[in-house]
Amino acid sequence: MKQTPLYERHAALGAKFTDFGGWNMPVQYTNVIEEHLATRHGAGLFDICHMGEMEVMGKRAFDFLQRIMSRNLEGQANGQIKLCVMTNEQGGIIDDLTVYKLDDGYYMVVTNAGTREKDVEWLRVKKNELGFDDVQITDISDITGKIDLQGPKAQDILQRLLPDDLNALRFYYAVRTVILNTPVIVSRSGYTGEDGFEIYASADRMGDLWDLILKTGAPEGIKPVGLGARDTLRLEAGMMLYGHEMDETVTPFEVVYGRLVDLNKDFIGCDALRKQKEAGITRSLAGFEMLERGIARAGYKIWKDDREVGAVTSGTYSPTFGKAIGMAAIPIECTPDGTEIQIEIRGGKFRAKVTTLPFYKRKK
Amino acid sequence: MYKPNQTDRKYSKQHEWALDNQDGTITMGISDYAQDQLTDIVFVELPEIGRKVSQFDPLAVIESVKSVSDIYSPVSGTVIDVNKSLEDQPELINQDAFGEGWIVKIKMEDPSELNALMDAAAYDDFLKSDGH
Repeated sequence: MKQTPLYERHAALGAKFTDFGGWNMPVQYTNVIEEHLATRHGAGLFDICHMGEMEVMGKRAFDFLQRIMSRNLEGQANGQIKLCVMTNEQGGIIDDLTVYKLDDGYYMVVTNAGTREKDVEWLRVKKNELGFDDVQITDISDITGKIDLQGPKAQDILQRLLPDDLNALRFYYAVRTVILNTPVIVSRSGYTGEDGFEIYASADRMGDLWDLILKTGAPEGIKPVGLGARDTLRLEAGMMLYGHEMDETVTPFEVVYGRLVDLNKDFIGCDALRKQKEAGITRSLAGFEMLERGIARAGYKIWKDDREVGAVTSGTYSPTFGKAIGMAAIPIECTPDGTEIQIEIRGGKFRAKVTTLPFYKRKK
Repeated sequence: MYKPNQTDRKYSKQHEWALDNQDGTITMGISDYAQDQLTDIVFVELPEIGRKVSQFDPLAVIESVKSVSDIYSPVSGTVIDVNKSLEDQPELINQDAFGEGWIVKIKMEDPSELNALMDAAAYDDFLKSDGH
């Protein structure tokens, strides 16, 4: 299994580990609920070095990405980030990614951990097929590290380490700056539903940055947070996880990514998606909460009356609300708010209620 | 770090404890080591009273935020009582696994089955030997 540059630090903190996309990652340091609430109310620091990063460069980098991503990237400002999906010819989702426009003709594309190799291969193959020989694709994942600082206290902590005024950094924008004499990319973004930052730097500088941020955030009660709480935080925030809510058998319209599709432009998968849209969308992703005791987990069957209608894609106990919540792929007629469904748990059927995503929205 | 294993009871390899109540019944729960591994317990599914179980069969289910774990019966017999407090306070197992966090009482079919379980010293060694 692969290890991030921060592995030794996690082990020294007494973390429990889990295999995530071939990486030996900390799942929790103390316990999930404590780390979850620390992020909601103070600040949490996450090792996200397992995710992939690619540079896409060249005069025609924009034109190339326009053909690859289903979202229209026109008008993306320098420094701006766009959440995107990349679809295959059938409209199935290859990955969901963030596209950082660092400069004209200079993009950084951030992939999920388990999809990195597949994504890089896809871009290289399509670059040749579509005749973008002049566009340069570089997989910088191995030399690039990433840590996320998330929570209402994240800005106070990070501001003490940066020359830039973070108030000027808008949501889903990035700035290239310096922390601890190290060139970094800092963006206001994340995967928790809180305000916060994603910080990219050279992999060999991760240890020092991790230590510095934990030390700086001590007065705010900052905590290292594992993948366990990362999952409960993103689920409460209604954010999807590749491999759970989506894969190559699912189109953006069948999850809540329709807004990331522009059918007025030409991209791989656009024909299939136009057809699907014309024919009508029959399945969709919905949130639900349990009305009876029990926790719905990924893969559990969903019933509407006596008909099996789908499966749970993610399910957990919500530390913020103290109840069991989840997401499910179900027929569109089952998705209106308040619809009652049943979840099969260990052979019994238990009542649940469809609810509008997200479960959690922070106060601004 | 987990609390010392109590010497008044027996232990299974699946980390359940069984306390002989000296009246043909046992009280069972999970060891402090086990709750420390599971961490934040948020749900306990208890068996019905009157259910018959065989030794080492699934008896209850404990869920932490991240995981679902089967709990096995340390003896054969009949469920005569369950810890109803766990329905609203599953965290009692985290707080006091050997006491307030007990799970089920069982009327034993064959008290000699207790001999198949480990005493505290043997369980200590088991936790060390198993790479725990």
